[in-house]
Amino acid sequence: MSKTVKLTTPLNDQQITGLRIGDKVLLSGVIYTARDAAHKRLIDLLNAGQELPIEIQGQVMYYVGPSPARPGQAIGAAGPTTSYRMDPYTPQLLARGLKAMIGKGKRSPEVIDAMIKYRAVYLGATGGAGALISQAIKEAQVLAYEDLGPEAIHRLVVEDFPTIVINDCQGHDLYEEGVKKYAR
Amino acid sequence: MREINVQEVTAAVKQAAMTANFELGADMLRALEKGAREEESPAGQEVFRQLLENARIAREKRIPICQDCGLTVVFAELGQEVHLVGGDFNEAIQEGVRQGYQAGYLRKSLCHPLTRKNTGDNTPAVIYTTIVPGDQLKLMVVPKGGGSENMSRVFMLRPAAGLAGIKEKVVETVRDAGANPCPPTIIGVGIGGTFEQAALLAKKALLREVGSQHPDPELAALEQELLTMINNLGIGPQGLGGRFTSLAVHINLMPCHIASLPVAVNVQCHASRHQEVVL
Repeated sequence: MSKTVKLTTPLNDQQITGLRIGDKVLLSGVIYTARDAAHKRLIDLLNAGQELPIEIQGQVMYYVGPSPARPGQAIGAAGPTTSYRMDPYTPQLLARGLKAMIGKGKRSPEVIDAMIKYRAVYLGATGGAGALISQAIKEAQVLAYEDLGPEAIHRLVVEDFPTIVINDCQGHDLYEEGVKKYAR
Repeated sequence: MREINVQEVTAAVKQAAMTANFELGADMLRALEKGAREEESPAGQEVFRQLLENARIAREKRIPICQDCGLTVVFAELGQEVHLVGGDFNEAIQEGVRQGYQAGYLRKSLCHPLTRKNTGDNTPAVIYTTIVPGDQLKLMVVPKGGGSENMSRVFMLRPAAGLAGIKEKVVETVRDAGANPCPPTIIGVGIGGTFEQAALLAKKALLREVGSQHPDPELAALEQELLTMINNLGIGPQGLGGRFTSLAVHINLMPCHIASLPVAVNVQCHASRHQEVVL
């Protein structure tokens, strides 16, 4: 039976191994945003043996390119983007200790294997619910790659950010299970 | 001859771009409410609940429905008795997009395809202008999201593939897309024409009111059949499993070459945004 779990970042292996597909996770604390272009730069740094602008160990990465904040607001609309575009870069970040990713859509077999190997989870947020999700984001600041505009790495402070476990670290896949259950 | 100053075009496009991004149409709200009532999967019900709440927050707080405020597609129907004055018509549309995306705090989502450098103001919009009878100018402003556009396809089938081949390709497109295009989706199907016309037919099909019936009874029946086939896939809202993978299938059809059977499938996420203005 799926459960609702409240978690605060950074995350440890014990918290991750307790999660199963279908569990609702309400996430609080600091998370980092990154899309395609930011991922490419992070991996280029790793491949060159250089330090990353953020500490990856125990952290959560959110695949989002928010819309601009109106004056007085922390952020604009901020729902997830499609995750498969980050798949080529993800295993290296998981190897560095990344514990969770938030996005939408199916991950590659390589990413799913890396989640099992390094104990991490993939969390789904509701795509296209950008206004709703923005209400869970309390602070936002650009941390790196400001020149990338919406694709810059932002540091977000979130409170009860609503997600659901799509891939747990046992290799289960909610998308596959869901289709099996409802296909006719 | 009726004169329309292109400054009016800029103002109308600016306003429409903002309204489209903040206010989900009544037809889509009805479709989401129907989904919320009828979806069987608990995770799917929660998605519908979130989407309705999202639409309410977006409308009230003027926060975009989705952070992907789209590449702006503009369909212009220009009455042949209109004389446009005061400047360049196409540039007036681009200026409207530029101003709307700035003033509305909308995300600028366009970049050079190779360098990936953002153009900075969400231009250029993709503009289709047709000349029609009359003395009015109709502008349909359509912010199109990238996630669902990426899952769209064009097939140049052999005529022998026939109706069965068309159904197979439509369902295959939705199946392969899975959770990626933010289901529940609207599926636009263009059948016939040329390679590019099929895609345009599919895109225009997305603009029809959701819940409306196709005027051709045979195509109306085909739309229903395809919708049932798609929803039997079980992908469900956000791909979490459920009854509602798509909310509607809309077909546009026109004759094609005797050697061809072009079929295009344009996938539209649930944030189906478009705003019409008549000048």
